[in-house]
Amino acid sequence: MDGLSVDKIHVWRGERHLLRGVSFALAPGQLLEVRGPNGAGKSTLLRAACGLTRPEQGEVRWGGKPIAAVRQEFLAQLAYAAHEPALKGDMTALENLHFAVSLRRRADAAELEACLERTGVGSCAELATRLLSAGQRRRVALARVLALRAPLWLLDEPFANLDAVGSAMLAAILREHVTGGGAALVVAHHDLAVGIEAGRLELAP
Amino acid sequence: MTVTTSQGIAAGSSPGDAVGAIGAAAAIMRRELSLSFRRPEHLVQPLVFFLIITTLFPLGLSLQLSQLRDMAPGVLWGAALLSSLLSLDALFKSDADDGTLEQLALSGQGLTVIVIAKTVAHWLVTGAALVLASPLVATALDIPASAFALMMSSLVLGTLTLSWLGAIGAALTVGLKRGNVLISLIVLPLAMPLLIFGASATERAISGTSAAGPLYLLAALCVLATTLAPFAASAALKISLD
Repeated sequence: MDGLSVDKIHVWRGERHLLRGVSFALAPGQLLEVRGPNGAGKSTLLRAACGLTRPEQGEVRWGGKPIAAVRQEFLAQLAYAAHEPALKGDMTALENLHFAVSLRRRADAAELEACLERTGVGSCAELATRLLSAGQRRRVALARVLALRAPLWLLDEPFANLDAVGSAMLAAILREHVTGGGAALVVAHHDLAVGIEAGRLELAP
Repeated sequence: MTVTTSQGIAAGSSPGDAVGAIGAAAAIMRRELSLSFRRPEHLVQPLVFFLIITTLFPLGLSLQLSQLRDMAPGVLWGAALLSSLLSLDALFKSDADDGTLEQLALSGQGLTVIVIAKTVAHWLVTGAALVLASPLVATALDIPASAFALMMSSLVLGTLTLSWLGAIGAALTVGLKRGNVLISLIVLPLAMPLLIFGASATERAISGTSAAGPLYLLAALCVLATTLAPFAASAALKISLD
């Protein structure tokens, strides 16, 4: 099958059995919300889905094949935004984006600036990201997700630190991504209100 | 201005402008170098440490000039190894702390490429700088100028090998709060052959006898480390990321 499928994965963190047989499938054009209380393993699920954490049991597949077997193709289709924005504070927003994109393909400055513009931080393009507020850094991280042009998005609490305008902007971006055939797995603490049908995955504590 | 955010599965990246391992390594090195020059203290600290340590020995031991020259290779090499170690803990840790290491690991480039690019960039700003500063220290330790060329080439091999060893140590300790001391404990025992051969090559260069033996051994260690360490370090990094 197309897309990402997670099949009964179990992840242990030390003595804690964090994910107990979680399964889901995410096809192109689908949005899946991951919900659950703090410590339920939402971020761990995202890390396992992108291959950073290897599950003790079960399997994550991309296009029907285990992600370890199709690692290159899988990662080329993936944009992952962790809870922290993962920006170099000494580099400008534009340099951060440029570096992330240049590891995958030739980066085009005008396109990157357009991505920053889209997430509302176009005026901060030439500022070192350590000078930005938490919300602005989040927006730069979202601009990177856009700039990677990946069909699969794994976003860990992307709404954190965003103001009302920012949340609406992100909802619109998600809507556009999903209706255009992209897939997104989003960890959120509240209803996404994206305006399109979204699946929901509840993780028990 | 709007950006198309929606791409089909096929439109991820066309093979035409995909970036190969060399291009990615170049991008990583550019980033590392530009980050280093924005934080000049990382460049300057190991150098100052190197200068101070080598100054401490003659001051503390109050030696005759001839005795100083006898001790010089050992002092020079001990100080060079210690000061190269000083900045090694930041090799992967600063990226791990702000989350960019995860982004690097998910960039689709192999971890080995990332390790090689970062380590070479790190050597360029610490090891190479140290080699360039070594004639200054050597003059203070009364090493004759005729020995500089050999001394510097032995230091190039030694500091590069140490950077590779340090990359393994840094990758193993990247998840730890205070990995700095642990890196020293992992790397310094492995660095003993470097000290022995390096100091011996320098000593022979000073006395004017052939330094080929220890220099070749240093080169062999350097080749061994360059070929094996990237794989060991990337395996360690993979475990640390999990």
